Amino acid sequence: MLKSIKTSVATVAMTAGLTTGAMAADLSGTLRIISDMSNPAPRAIMEGLAADFDAMHPDLTVELEVVDREAWKSQIRNALTANPPDVINWYAANRMAPYVNAGLFEDITGMWEGGDLPGLDSVKGAMTMDGKQYGVPYTYYQWGIYYREDIFNELGLTEPTTFDEEIANCQKIIDSGRKCYTIGSKFLWTAGGWFDYLNMRTNGFDFHMKLATGEASWTSDEVRATFANWRKLVDMGAFIDDHQTYSWQEALPFFVNGEATAYLMGNFVVPHLREAGLTDDQIDFYQFPKIADVPMGEDAPTDTFHIASGAQNKEAARAFLQFVTSPDVQSKINGPDGLGQLPVNANASVADDEFIQQGFEMLSNNATGGIAQFFDRDFPAEMASVAMEGLQEFMVFPDNLEDILNRLESARERIYQ
Amino acid sequence: MTNAHDTSWVRRNRMTLTPLMFLLPGVLFFLVYVISPILQSFNISLYEWDGLGEATYIGLGNYQELMSDRAFETSLWNNLKWLALYLLAIPAGLFIALFLNQTITGMRLYKSLFFFPFVLSQVVVGLVFSWFYLPREGLLNAVLSFLGMDAINVLGDPTMATYGIIAAGLWPQTAYCMILYLTGLNAVDPEQIEAGRLDGAKGWRMLWHVILPQLKPATFIAFVVTIIGALRSFDLISIMTNGGPFGSTRVLSFYMFEKALSEYGFRMGYGSAIAVVLFLIMLVFIGYFLWSMYQDEKAARR
Repeated sequence: MLKSIKTSVATVAMTAGLTTGAMAADLSGTLRIISDMSNPAPRAIMEGLAADFDAMHPDLTVELEVVDREAWKSQIRNALTANPPDVINWYAANRMAPYVNAGLFEDITGMWEGGDLPGLDSVKGAMTMDGKQYGVPYTYYQWGIYYREDIFNELGLTEPTTFDEEIANCQKIIDSGRKCYTIGSKFLWTAGGWFDYLNMRTNGFDFHMKLATGEASWTSDEVRATFANWRKLVDMGAFIDDHQTYSWQEALPFFVNGEATAYLMGNFVVPHLREAGLTDDQIDFYQFPKIADVPMGEDAPTDTFHIASGAQNKEAARAFLQFVTSPDVQSKINGPDGLGQLPVNANASVADDEFIQQGFEMLSNNATGGIAQFFDRDFPAEMASVAMEGLQEFMVFPDNLEDILNRLESARERIYQ
Repeated sequence: MTNAHDTSWVRRNRMTLTPLMFLLPGVLFFLVYVISPILQSFNISLYEWDGLGEATYIGLGNYQELMSDRAFETSLWNNLKWLALYLLAIPAGLFIALFLNQTITGMRLYKSLFFFPFVLSQVVVGLVFSWFYLPREGLLNAVLSFLGMDAINVLGDPTMATYGIIAAGLWPQTAYCMILYLTGLNAVDPEQIEAGRLDGAKGWRMLWHVILPQLKPATFIAFVVTIIGALRSFDLISIMTNGGPFGSTRVLSFYMFEKALSEYGFRMGYGSAIAVVLFLIMLVFIGYFLWSMYQDEKAARR
């Protein structure tokens, strides 16, 4: 009896890509997971993951608690300090910093160095702080310009590759009585996306990261050049009016109704567009066009799993991290029936979806500058919140630029000291 | 008689002890849940602390930073706007109450209709008003365009947004004050009104010299709840603008939340410093209320 379970466990483990069989056999106790995958589709994925892992290990009980994604952003602190669970969800890069610095995330450099996580080399950087790794990614997605293919065809426009073409296209769109871009900046971060791209294209990925780490100045000529490019778009009326009043979802109808033709967004926008009744013939995707002659950097925010340093069952937690990053699980959870995003494991298969394929192609071949996480994940939280407010103000009152930049510069001097 | 000096100390002092015993649980809870957090806030405001790591003592550093923080200045001004304009709920509530204090068939229905906004949650009020203000589809702009005026984006315009939110807040607050006055009006002595009428008082004079003095307790409570409501305004701002556009609708309580507890915050010391400032402002009013209640009781005892 016991033997038969063991063999079936072994086969499950094999199919799941866990070739280090020893890990699978002797896990016991309880594995407590707190997840922020609270939206319906991700929730189903997470519950599936927990159930599968539980079934693979007969002696192990997996306890899953799903917390609201927004609420988790402030609850994580309490969760990690009082009676910490074993595994939790969070975000890559600078967003890890407070927890890494406070010693609340387990250092899992050993797993990365020891070859326990094959196929994840390309995403290692996002999990690294001071040369050590503190978690594993499980999904990521591209950002870029989603546009109304049917309106582009109607106006005889093609996907632009340079900023001049972008502006020429935009002029024609405005002349046709539409706006070029929809955006809802009420919650500020959408403006951060625009700044990320304009700055990475104008000054390059490396400068953008210097700005994020506080080495570059907000009043520098480079930053001014970025805003000058942005201002071209603002002044020609490229963005919808009153965007400061809308959330990103409230800005969707402009795109769906064809009042605005493009949306700079993450790939998570696609299901919303499809649900609103747009077919794949009506929407398409292109990479944010080239501005200066610098290698293209891209935003590709990565969501992650971490082990709490106060975890009770670290062995099971490590096995779970291996499990979620294994190629088969990655193909499955990021597939079209799952998250509909990009798998982090190089050996996983990418879903057969127009947008996921284009994003994968872009990030694999045409993001030579580097991959950023996103404005509010790369910049320290406080700098991000002050800066995004300034970015929104700039989009509404571009004449206030000087004041905004001085404000951001004095914030920089205070925050990074 | 010989027993007198035998009786225990407890027995002799029970007239004093009994009320103290009854007060004890309340006082204990008050100390643990009100007084000690206030003192803790004062203490934390002297530190630089992210809520996780070590706290560093920086003296009055947080307060110095507040002095040059424009977002703080905006919040402070907005709090003053809230205080001043929110008080409009008191006269508005009084006049609606006077208007509704009649005996007409179906008056109860009208009263409950006027009272209705107070029953709504602040979140619902905020949502309803933000839809009302929507730049394109909103009812407000439909009315304005019907009247041939230009559309306005109330919540997107930094000069108007705070007033837009206060207007939303006045809706339930007026209903609250109205209810206070309606109950007050029930207690107005008809004989005094009769006497006033015989002396030739009518309209404003009647209201000012005969009715209002009798409504003084209701006015006092309306004043207290309105001031406190204005200073703790938070839900409406969070729902309607989230502090925006570009931070122009923040008030102290919202700014404190942003700095200390929101997604981008976790500067516990700085948040506490803001809380202390808000507390000191409130203390002025609380002190006045307490003093005024004490005076009333002293007068009543005479």
